[in-house]
Amino acid sequence: MNAQLDFLAVLSDWPMLLVGVGWTLALTAMAMAIGLVVAVACGWVRNEGPAWLAAPVAAYVEVIRNTPFIVQLFFVFFGLPSLGIRLSPTFASVLAMTLNLGAYGAEIVRAGLLSTPKGQIEAAQSLALTRFQVFTRVVLPPALKRVWPALVSQIVIVMLGSAVCGQIATEELSYAANVIAAESFRTFEAYIVATVIYLLLAISLRRALNWAGPRFIFGR
Amino acid sequence: MVQFSNWDILRNLIFAAEWTIVLSLIAFVGGGLVGGCLLVARLWRGGWVNHVFNGYVQLFQGTPLLMQLFLSYFGLRLLGVEVSVWVSASLALTLYTSAFLAEIWRGCVAAIPKGQWEASTSLALSFGEQLRHVILPQALRIAIPPTVGFLVQVIKGTALASVIGFVELTRAGNMIANVTYKPFTVFAFVGLMYFVICYPISLYARYLERKTHVARR
Repeated sequence: MNAQLDFLAVLSDWPMLLVGVGWTLALTAMAMAIGLVVAVACGWVRNEGPAWLAAPVAAYVEVIRNTPFIVQLFFVFFGLPSLGIRLSPTFASVLAMTLNLGAYGAEIVRAGLLSTPKGQIEAAQSLALTRFQVFTRVVLPPALKRVWPALVSQIVIVMLGSAVCGQIATEELSYAANVIAAESFRTFEAYIVATVIYLLLAISLRRALNWAGPRFIFGR
Repeated sequence: MVQFSNWDILRNLIFAAEWTIVLSLIAFVGGGLVGGCLLVARLWRGGWVNHVFNGYVQLFQGTPLLMQLFLSYFGLRLLGVEVSVWVSASLALTLYTSAFLAEIWRGCVAAIPKGQWEASTSLALSFGEQLRHVILPQALRIAIPPTVGFLVQVIKGTALASVIGFVELTRAGNMIANVTYKPFTVFAFVGLMYFVICYPISLYARYLERKTHVARR
C-alpha cells in the first residue's frame, strides 16, 4: 500500500463541515419535533381512536416501515413534483424524515400506551376527567417515559439516516463530505472524518435526549 | 421515442429486485456468520474481547450505513484493490448486519438464566458443550423472531448500495425514472416492490414473536 492519508486537507475545510453538522442537527430537530407529534397522534388512533381512521393510519405505518428511507425521500423529492408539488431539497428531507419517524414512533408510542394499567384509566375516569384529560395527563406521560429509550434510539437512527438526504443536495454533513471529497481529491479521508463526526453526534444526541426527556418532555 | 408502459416499468423493476434479494441474502448470511463468531468470542473470553465487541457494535450502529458503504467503496480502492461494486456493497452490508445481529443475539443469550450456565458448568461440560447442548438451543428459540425482523432492515439497507452504483431495485428505479420522465409512477412502484418483499417477512416475524410469547407464558 503506497497511499498516504492526509486528513489536514479535509479538516482545513472545517467551516463547511460545521455548516453540515448544523444542517444535520437542524433537520433532525425539525423531524423530531413534528415526528413525535405525528407518532403520538398515530399511536392514539391505533389504540383508541375512531375506527375509520385506524385503517389509513395502520396502512401509513406499515408502508413506511416496510420501504427504505431513500425510496421515500426520492418519492417525495422526484415523484411529488409531477403532481405539481415542488419541494426544496431541505423541505423534502424534513418531510421524509418526519414521515419516517412518525411511523416508527407510532409503533413505539403505541406499545407504551398499551402497557398502561387499566386501573389508572378507571381511577382517572372516576375523578371525572374528560377523555382528553385522561389521555394527556394520566396515560401519555408515563407511557412516554416507559418508551423514551426506544424513541431516543429511533431519533438517532433517523439522524444517521439523514446522511441520505445529501443525495438530493440537502446541504447536511454527508453532502459537505461529498463536496470536500470532490474538491480536495481526499475522498477516503473526507468520509472518515464525516463518519467520526456522525459517531460523535450519535453518542451526544443520545446523551442529550436521555437527559432532556425527563426534564422537558414527560416530567419526572 | 420509445414509450414505456407501466408494465414495462414493472417488468424491469422485477428484474432488478432479484439483485436486491441476492445482496440481502449475502449480507444476511455473511453478517450472521461474522456476528455469530463475534458473539462466541465474547462469551468465551470476557475482558478485553467485551470492549472490542461493544466498540464494534457501537461503531456500526452509531454511523450511517451510507458512510460505511462509501468507506468500503473508496477504502478498498485506496488499498489498491480494484474490486467490483459487488464486493464493496457486500462487505459493508455484511459488517453492518453482523454488528446488529451480534447485538440482538447477545441479548438473547443474556436472557438465559445464569443458573443454566452454572448448572452446566457443575456438570463439567466444556465451553463448547455448554453452548451446544444448553445455552444455544434455548437462546435460539427467542432469537428467531427478532432475527427475522432484522432481515427487513437488511433488505431496506441494500437500497443504499444504489448510491455507490450497485444496480438493484432503487438504482434501477432511478435509471428508469430518468428515461421515462415518470418519477411518480416509478418510485411508487419501487416502494411497492419493497413493500411486497418486506411486508410478509414483517408479518411472519410478528407471528413468530406472538408464538414465542405465548409459549413462554
